[in-house]
Amino acid sequence: MNDLLWLLPGLPAAAGAALLPMRGRAVPALAVSVAAVTLLIAVYAAVARPATRPIPSVGGLRAGLAVDGLAAVMAVTTAAVALAVLVYAAGRIRASRGRFFGLMLVFTAAMLATVTAADLLVLLMAWEVMGACSYALIAFDWRDGGRVRAGGVAFLTTRAADLGLYVAAGCALAGTGSLAVAGLASAPRPWPDLVAGGIVLAALGKSAQLPFAFWLSRAMAGPTPVSALLHSATMVAAGAYLLLRVQPLLAATGWAALLVAWAGALTALLLGAVALAQTDLKQLLAASTSAQIGFAVLAAGLPALAGGAAHLVAHAAVKSLLFLCAGVWLAALGTQDLRELRGAGRLHRPVGVAFALGGAALGGLPPLSLWVTKDAVLAATGSPALFAVCLGAVLVAAGYAARVVLAVWLPPGHGGTVRAGALELLPLPPLTVVAVAFGLVGLWYGEWARFVGAGPGEPRPALPGLALTGVLAVAALARVLRHGPDAALALPGFAGWLGLERAAVAAAWRPMTALARALARFDDRVVGGAVRAVPRLGTALARWTRTRAEPALDGVIHALASTARRLGTLARRPQTGQVHTYLAQAAVCLIIIALLALVVWG
Amino acid sequence: MLSLVIFLPLAAAAVFALPRTGRAAGAVWIAAAAADLALAVALWATYPGGIGHETRLRWIPTVSAGYHIGVDGLSLPLIAMTCVLFLCCAVYSARGPVSRSYAALFLFLQTVSVGLFAALDLLLFFVFFDLSIVGMYFVIAGWGHGDRARSALMFFLYTFLGSLVLLLGFIGLYVGGRTFDIADLARVPPFADRPGAAAVVLLAVGVGLAVKTPAVPLHTWLPPAHTDAPAAGSAVLAGVLLKMGAYGFARIAMPLLPGAWQRYAWVIICVGLAGVLYGALVALAQDDVKRLIAYTSVNHMGYILLALGAAGLAAPSAPRTLAVSGAVTQMVSHGLLTGALFLVAGVLWDRARTYDARRLGGVAATAPRLTALAALAAFGSLGLPGLSGFIAEFQIFAGVIGTGLPAAVVAGALGVTGILITAALFLRVLHRVFLGPPGEAGVNPDTRWPETAAIAPLLALSVLIGLAPRWLLDLIEPVSAAIVSLVGRP
Repeated sequence: MNDLLWLLPGLPAAAGAALLPMRGRAVPALAVSVAAVTLLIAVYAAVARPATRPIPSVGGLRAGLAVDGLAAVMAVTTAAVALAVLVYAAGRIRASRGRFFGLMLVFTAAMLATVTAADLLVLLMAWEVMGACSYALIAFDWRDGGRVRAGGVAFLTTRAADLGLYVAAGCALAGTGSLAVAGLASAPRPWPDLVAGGIVLAALGKSAQLPFAFWLSRAMAGPTPVSALLHSATMVAAGAYLLLRVQPLLAATGWAALLVAWAGALTALLLGAVALAQTDLKQLLAASTSAQIGFAVLAAGLPALAGGAAHLVAHAAVKSLLFLCAGVWLAALGTQDLRELRGAGRLHRPVGVAFALGGAALGGLPPLSLWVTKDAVLAATGSPALFAVCLGAVLVAAGYAARVVLAVWLPPGHGGTVRAGALELLPLPPLTVVAVAFGLVGLWYGEWARFVGAGPGEPRPALPGLALTGVLAVAALARVLRHGPDAALALPGFAGWLGLERAAVAAAWRPMTALARALARFDDRVVGGAVRAVPRLGTALARWTRTRAEPALDGVIHALASTARRLGTLARRPQTGQVHTYLAQAAVCLIIIALLALVVWG
Repeated sequence: MLSLVIFLPLAAAAVFALPRTGRAAGAVWIAAAAADLALAVALWATYPGGIGHETRLRWIPTVSAGYHIGVDGLSLPLIAMTCVLFLCCAVYSARGPVSRSYAALFLFLQTVSVGLFAALDLLLFFVFFDLSIVGMYFVIAGWGHGDRARSALMFFLYTFLGSLVLLLGFIGLYVGGRTFDIADLARVPPFADRPGAAAVVLLAVGVGLAVKTPAVPLHTWLPPAHTDAPAAGSAVLAGVLLKMGAYGFARIAMPLLPGAWQRYAWVIICVGLAGVLYGALVALAQDDVKRLIAYTSVNHMGYILLALGAAGLAAPSAPRTLAVSGAVTQMVSHGLLTGALFLVAGVLWDRARTYDARRLGGVAATAPRLTALAALAAFGSLGLPGLSGFIAEFQIFAGVIGTGLPAAVVAGALGVTGILITAALFLRVLHRVFLGPPGEAGVNPDTRWPETAAIAPLLALSVLIGLAPRWLLDLIEPVSAAIVSLVGRP
């Protein structure tokens, strides 16, 4: 029965591939049914915790899938959010349904395979397919060059980071002789360091942490359901999940855990500030994703496995809920500018309320989900500096969440109309329930930690910490209330995502294309030129032979011939045919011979 | 039976000498290529392991050169890939009238290619090697476009010169081993105790094969030849003819000159790495789609040299075997994917009469099928998992880095950046040619059935290898291990 686990990613992947060329109304129905079955499989896997028999992959290596506590949590989350988003999309997406739903299913399948992969080869395959799907989904509306470019930026940025995973796989092979994720920490030095370096690079890229966060800003160009899935349970979650998974390896190296913790904490703070500075709804939510995932990344470094996993689950529900609500307004009102969306929340109460609850959870207001899960991570923070950064991050999180909720709820009312179909509304209640109530996990934290498989030493969220972050969140909310949601953070650089994309373009892309152009010229002129010079030299030599050497040689032959002719003419002259001249010649010759004889013998 | 696989296409070509076969040229061509593919599959199915389907006849006994042919896990996948690609080219060409001489030329090339991969004798190898150049010259000069006469001449002279150097190397091997038989030479490697002579012979063989592969900096014949060749010619040139060079390294240079290969492994690795990075970067700067694909071939063949060079390092044999398996997989994979890419480029030329990415755009609007095929081929070529390119490149990277030598780790890490650059350049092509707003040159209509039927099977095979590679790797891995142990001899 264990080999049935292959169905968990296999079913949505096969169904997605089959849907790609299809058209018509049956496509969403099929996709939703597949997603529902996938969720059932995920739940079954979470309960039964199966592991497939290893199958031979390449060389003598083995590949397989396995479900442990962490994978169980993430697999169910992914399948559930995917189902919610697909139900919503069934009511929204009208054009190219086959391509859209097919890609979404493959995208989900890739995340499920990433989550359950027991070795680096399967992980890498799923990881890269996920990146390619994100490209195709962001560039879904391919007629718009800007969206295609946005997809390209997302794919290239994440793939640049993915190179680390390739190197990590090679180093794992060198260090342990296998690609199994489980044995990485036990390799002799320096292999764990190299493997950890590669994995951290790949994970930070995928999770849009500093310094790679900018691709997430571009990823907003995709349709809203894509954002809802990409920002919650797939793609950005994958990096944090992978770091949680290889936490023993990070701890074994020492530096990697510290690096990851700081990268997560700083992202939570700085990208939170970026979110505070946005005036665009989708951009604000995007930056908040980076910031919130930062807490889960921090959890991997501390370690706080149970807290990190809980945070990923709660954030997945919150963020998909927020994007689905935002999608309703964006489609109805045609704008994503926060100032133009003023009062939009009042136009359609159910959507507005769901959005407000999701926003409150995002801001970490007590007693909602992220308040508890965030504190579960913070409770494990030992270093005061790190803790201070985290408190800053808590503050800005409440700030941006308050801004986005107040922006759509404060009067005056919006003049537009918002209609939402049943399919679009259907996923909102369950997501809202999780977003609000997942904080209950704090009450049964020991059971949760055991379920996830966290170590016994991890601290649980405690009252002082909860009170502190709760007060901070309320304080930030009060401040935003006083200044109004339009007062975006006016620090330079934060509105433009810290100039990260410009820096990446200037530091990596421009030099690379400049080098490419220079090399192309070099190839054409120097390498190709040298080759072309050979025949040119040959023909030049031939021409020289024809125009110079040949005539010169000809001249010599001609001179020889004319000399011979002249000699012939001279030789003809004595031959007169008259006997007396011949006699005289003979006499002269005889005299000469006689003289010669005298000279020789005399 | 192997001889039948080799010479069946030539026999079919001879049919065209009969009068009034012109009208059926396309059908005869497809039938012959299909029959040959069926035979090749049968060859695979009945392959017993080791060197199978061997034939050994006297040919020129004075220099102990014989008609010695046989297949193993190295040649069989390439023979099968060759037959698939030629069949696809035949089907592709059925979109228009096919002249007798065109079909005959391709059938001749098929015989030459299959013969080369089956040859176990240096002289026989050389004869097929040279005939392939002659055949391709006529394909480019006769049916190309643009400045075809000049490109064909350049191709011919350059690669012919390379083959002459190769011949010198072969004569050197004969001098060392008193035979032209590859199997005999591999048993007792020549010049085992004369490293200087072995180095000179390796240089000659290496340069000769590097021209054909092509390795940087001996690659400049490739872009013009591809740009001006007909689509099917480009597909065969990139898919099959380039493999002759890479195959020669694995079949001849490595087992016959193991000592020299070990000593100069780092040179090979550096040449491979140069090909990977240089090919990718130069491709990134191209506006001409066909030139761009040609330069990605330089990049992809660079991976093969990188892996084969790493096989000569002093390291555990498991990762080195993995690298060699990756190199052989890459030969098959590149044949399928680049073949598909060139056929796609052929459709572009047929409709828009240009390869210039600046003049094309938004092709997906009028040609969604072509776009889907192009996107799949491009993602395969940039190494997306699920397609054959990833299986090949992953094995190469894991093998090279897995050797555990610090310098090899650095070389592997540098090589990995190649897949980022190829990703960038293929996304650029997709963006500029197929997606976005329409360009000035339109591509209409979409692929016709012969075109779809020619390109789709190549990609289907690539996906099959990408998802379930065991059927191929089970064949390749034993011979990779054998090559590694042969090249590891002192």
